[in-house]
Amino acid sequence: MEFDAVFLSRLQFAFTIAFHIIFPSFTIGLSAWIATLLVLWRRTGEIRYRELARFWTRIFAVSFAMGVVSGIVLSYQFGTNWSEFSRVVGNVVGPLIGYEVLTAFFLEATFLGILLFGWNRVPPALHVTAAILVAVGTLFSAFWILSANSWMQYPAGHLVENGIAVPDDWLAVIFNPTFPLRFAHMVTAAYLTTAFVVIATGARHLLAGIRPDHAMTMLRMGLGMAVVLTPLQLVFGDESGRDVLRYQPAKLAAIEGKWEAGTDGPVPLVLFAIPDDAGERNLAEIAVPYLGSLIVTRSLDGGFAGLKAFPAADRPPAVLPFFGFRIMVGLWGVMVVVAFAGAYLWWRGRLATARTYLRGASWSWPVGFLAILSGWVVAEVGRQPWVATGILRTSDAASPIGAGQVGATLVLFVIVYAIVFSAGIVYINRLINKGPTPERASPAGVPHRPITAATSTEPPGPTGAAELG
Amino acid sequence: MEAYLPYIWAVLIATAVALYVILDGFDLGLGILFPFARRQEHRNAMINSIAPFWDGNETWLVLGGGGLWVAFPDAYAAIMPAMYLPVIVMLLALIFRGVSFEFREVARAGQRRWDYTFAGGSMVAAFAQGVILGGLLQGVTLVDGRFAGGAFDWLSPFSLMCGLGLVGGYALLGATWLIFRTEGSLQEYSRRQARILLVLVLAFIGVVSLWTPLAIDGIAARWFSTPNIYFLWPVPFLTALLALMVWRGLAQKREVRPFAGSVAIFLLCYLGLGISVFPYIVPPSMTVVDAAAVPASQMFSLIGVVFMLPVILGYTGFVYWTFLRGKVVVGESYHAH
Repeated sequence: MEFDAVFLSRLQFAFTIAFHIIFPSFTIGLSAWIATLLVLWRRTGEIRYRELARFWTRIFAVSFAMGVVSGIVLSYQFGTNWSEFSRVVGNVVGPLIGYEVLTAFFLEATFLGILLFGWNRVPPALHVTAAILVAVGTLFSAFWILSANSWMQYPAGHLVENGIAVPDDWLAVIFNPTFPLRFAHMVTAAYLTTAFVVIATGARHLLAGIRPDHAMTMLRMGLGMAVVLTPLQLVFGDESGRDVLRYQPAKLAAIEGKWEAGTDGPVPLVLFAIPDDAGERNLAEIAVPYLGSLIVTRSLDGGFAGLKAFPAADRPPAVLPFFGFRIMVGLWGVMVVVAFAGAYLWWRGRLATARTYLRGASWSWPVGFLAILSGWVVAEVGRQPWVATGILRTSDAASPIGAGQVGATLVLFVIVYAIVFSAGIVYINRLINKGPTPERASPAGVPHRPITAATSTEPPGPTGAAELG
Repeated sequence: MEAYLPYIWAVLIATAVALYVILDGFDLGLGILFPFARRQEHRNAMINSIAPFWDGNETWLVLGGGGLWVAFPDAYAAIMPAMYLPVIVMLLALIFRGVSFEFREVARAGQRRWDYTFAGGSMVAAFAQGVILGGLLQGVTLVDGRFAGGAFDWLSPFSLMCGLGLVGGYALLGATWLIFRTEGSLQEYSRRQARILLVLVLAFIGVVSLWTPLAIDGIAARWFSTPNIYFLWPVPFLTALLALMVWRGLAQKREVRPFAGSVAIFLLCYLGLGISVFPYIVPPSMTVVDAAAVPASQMFSLIGVVFMLPVILGYTGFVYWTFLRGKVVVGESYHAH
């Protein structure tokens, strides 16, 4: 491992994208959650839903701002650090990102203004519409970015002319083979991530006695979501795995920790091991016979290629995909336990008083984020040594710049992100602890009021005054 | 049609960048003026005046950068590594600027800290953008259409001066925006600032306009040869006329005219730059045709632009219309989100 410009650029990109992905994966679900609350408020007239929507919108504002600023970085890093990537696949990947900007970024950013500042300035119907449009915008964004990323995993619909990828069939490019399931898997992951933040917040508020009715609403809605989505995610994840077997067999071999080249079954399921790339073997392996065949091929004696079936230069490093996958699946198991234990307690009518469960659930907020990060490590490291499979290797994709400036900016990124994102997490935590602010019973939402009127609907209580700073 | 695509895209990207420069220009300008504000209430009113818009405004920067990649991948792949350090510094500055909007509201006791990052981030971002512009104007070393220069090629007295010029220009946009959007003591104070800034900006425009043709080959020929000079003389003439209009607007305590005039001055300078470099997208050697993506890519993206740009402009206009009614009042509490 050399500290050259390529390696430092990879480190820098991994660092900036890992920080970035936390926020969109939260705000995709959060915007849908806020829109749902506002729709419920409009339909039932219950002020609780509006108060909850307003509470979560404050958290959304901080998270979204961090997502936006860390996302702008990425749209320039393709050029600053990966100019050969931009040049070689720009004709195909560029327009997908372009459509993301056109259909998603402006929609989100513009209607965010109405969502954040329109509470008492625009008619409620428009405000709810803005919330829905922001949620739709985040989905469009996920659509295009997953399309682009899936194309890099397994390119389709293109031709290579003079070493440059050019589009041949745009529909085949956009709906490339691994895209539909990866999109479903990612969006479900984002909704699950938000569901567990909501569950954890509800549990924390119940334990602390902060507005218990609201806390129960959060807990119930979060659990309802999680009970539906955790099994669904198993299906999407498993089907996605079959796509990996079909289109990226070397990645699958790394995930499964299988070295033997031959495709003879049966294959055991490796529960734990330390893959050794140099020795082409697993150390300290613990495996269950037949289970690997069963999960991957759906038969007791099915087989699939191992890492040795691929030239060493075309294999991903095994350790990160192997462990990333196991951490992701383990975190999914945690989600299942929290979701179904909560659902059971809810069914028995003991949810509000089950303090041990609530304490556990209040700690469950990071599970979604960690699962997403480890899943992305599996996806992106497993794609190596390619940046666009079969077209361009990562080692050939970097900019013709010196290691010195990449190293210097990497240090700057680490410092700036450490400051900004730790402050952001502190502030989000502070907002969560404050809880939903009470509002008057009938905020009819009269339009055309001056901005001062927004404050006069707030009671002069300590929280209300503090919020308005 | 295919032959026109690179030119259509050149105009589109130029438009996106122009919209960015104007829209985020007054946002960044407020940040630059932040340390000179007299009272915390003034700062809060300044923030209030742009809070609903800044995010949408900044998205034009993504469209400018993303659009460059989409339509001219070779130009994107040449400019970004060439401007590596100023681009990354700009991005980091925009991070501080962007999060400060939200953090300063939540932080309460620590608000001043995020006032500093807001101001510092805005200044550094504006300065870096000017440096990038100057660095690009003086040219990028290319071999086989790829960047082949050094890490500090962009650094020169000329590029640094462009950086300062843009800081002054954004500050002028910010001050005239405040005249438009506020009243009372803040408006009065902004009016005084705008006068000083106008003089400063005119001085910068004068210096850059003389320095560019002297320092960079080809630009002098572009402007001063016949018959070009017959078509081009109205550009500086109009700029002078607009400057006079802004000056008189300030003296007569007009509210909209100084802002509108400053925007027009910006657009004329921008047009002047376009005249200086066209058809080169990466001076001095890569033209818009050299850098263009394949027609299938440019066409596919153009369809998206044709359908989406009117929609985007429509709802952007709607949001401005929603929040531009009535003045921002000093001493009023923050937007109630």
